[in-house]
Amino acid sequence: MPLTGELHGMAVSIDDLDTPNQEFFKHCGHHQLHLQCCDDCKLMRYPATNACPHCGGLRSIWQPVSGKGTLYSYGEIHHAIQPAFRPFTPYMLLLVELDEQRNEPNEFDGLRMTGNLVTESGEMAPSELVNKVGIGSRLKIVFVDMGSGIAQPQWTLDDGAEQPESVWRYPD
Amino acid sequence: MDANTDSYLRGKYAIVGIGETDYTRGSGRTTAALGVEAVSNAVRDAGLKMTDIDGMLSYSGNDSIPSTLLAGELGIRLNFYMDCQGGGSSTEALIGIAIGVIEAGMCKTVAIFRSMNGFSQIRIGGSGRSRGRSALSGGGLFNRGYGVMSAAQMFCQTFMRHMYDYGTTPEQVAHVKVIHSEHASNNPKAYYKERVTVEDVVNSRIICKPLHLLDCCVETDNATCIIVTGMDRARDCRHQPASILGVVGRVSKPRSDNHYQAGPISTVAGHYAKDLLWPNAGVTPADIDVTGSYDAFTFTTLLQLEDYGFCKKGEGGEYVSDGTMRLGGRRPNNTSGGHLCEGYTHGMNMVIENVRQLRHDIDDSCPMGPDGKRLHTYDYSEGGCRQVRDVELTANLGWATPGTGSAVVLTNQVQ
Repeated sequence: MPLTGELHGMAVSIDDLDTPNQEFFKHCGHHQLHLQCCDDCKLMRYPATNACPHCGGLRSIWQPVSGKGTLYSYGEIHHAIQPAFRPFTPYMLLLVELDEQRNEPNEFDGLRMTGNLVTESGEMAPSELVNKVGIGSRLKIVFVDMGSGIAQPQWTLDDGAEQPESVWRYPD
Repeated sequence: MDANTDSYLRGKYAIVGIGETDYTRGSGRTTAALGVEAVSNAVRDAGLKMTDIDGMLSYSGNDSIPSTLLAGELGIRLNFYMDCQGGGSSTEALIGIAIGVIEAGMCKTVAIFRSMNGFSQIRIGGSGRSRGRSALSGGGLFNRGYGVMSAAQMFCQTFMRHMYDYGTTPEQVAHVKVIHSEHASNNPKAYYKERVTVEDVVNSRIICKPLHLLDCCVETDNATCIIVTGMDRARDCRHQPASILGVVGRVSKPRSDNHYQAGPISTVAGHYAKDLLWPNAGVTPADIDVTGSYDAFTFTTLLQLEDYGFCKKGEGGEYVSDGTMRLGGRRPNNTSGGHLCEGYTHGMNMVIENVRQLRHDIDDSCPMGPDGKRLHTYDYSEGGCRQVRDVELTANLGWATPGTGSAVVLTNQVQ
């Protein structure tokens, strides 16, 4: 059965043949981030795949991770292409480097998750929050339920963590 | 490696014909009609007959016409054809495939074309047709689910990180558009011919930080074509052949890096492609007289010139803004105005422009001489000349994504 749901008014349907994504989003539905960890080389990967991109191994297990990370890069979208996102402009497109597996297997590699900046309660972030976040900000995961037991991972400022004195933002 | 060795078929193949339609918004024609015109123009330019073409290659995002149908309309019987999916990394890679199939004896002369109603039908910028009506799939949740659909939204993290890693400034990057607009002001074909300033660029509205409107390329309807054949046949064609010294593509970052996991994201595929391109071609970046560095965005031009080794890593901001790239400068780039100003062809128009540079036969407004060739003034002021003096070597750097690219080195020095 496909897993169906809704996101910002857009229909979601994860094909029942797409096991990696069904599993990934079901773990998200339980509000605990899991990534595939390769049975052979023990490295994790993102997004969910059918083989290990590090060693080609075909077997993996789902491993829970902390859901904590640092903002590695971002974009700030002012011109929305998708009607569903027009109400949220300017919205942030984040690339969050997870705490786990930094600089592995090689220096400057990492587990980097795409996301948007949201509030603690999962709403797309207002400008006041957008303006506080930059490269270096410490972020934590927030799960936005989509229905049918699946959720979308999103990110908010981790106010339980020590934030750097200053973060890098695009010069305005 | 000695540039006179026979390695890698250096100098054994050439581009002998170039053809294009106008660059418009609202062609009023099908991609079939556009494609037919571009291929016809290229065949005529080469001094060939339609029946001399026996190989065909094309690339598209499902918005073109298949080679077999195009050949049918032009009365061509093909011994080889292949249409592939792809955009900006395709032109150069297909030149390599053309060389390969000719070398394998499968055909003798290949037309490579791209035909697109890139404004009035399918726009890379995301609007112009209804997308996003189908449900978000597993894969779609990683892009459309986060409000990522256009190329600007897909690449912006790479651009932003380059600013963070190396201190690249918006003003430095804006020079790419400024310089290409100056070049386009000397190009009667260019869609946008107006010269802009750095202030114009950084004051234009923000599309997706760090991209302003003027950091982004145009969307146009057009078709383009180049003809590749062996050097023996090239010598019988109408114009000076553009001899192919080396070609690479499509080259990828480790693990394809579709999702920004591998290495610094401020480094792009050119970093890996350069290790094939320069040894294949037997030249170095310092030898190149004119470049065509894919300008889907201002940033892409900068990133590629840097990663292919035209300057030190991290110094791309200086390279694109210190006058090197300007006509009259040390190594002009995108002398037609490129994608930012002339028209959007997924790479082909920049190869066509460099073929004209190598022929010393740029189509600017310089006066026609008695022999039917323009008398170039080398006055690069507005509305003037676009021809670079003494061009011997050109490089075209094609971009698909930060993780995938292609390139070709051409020369007019024929043994």
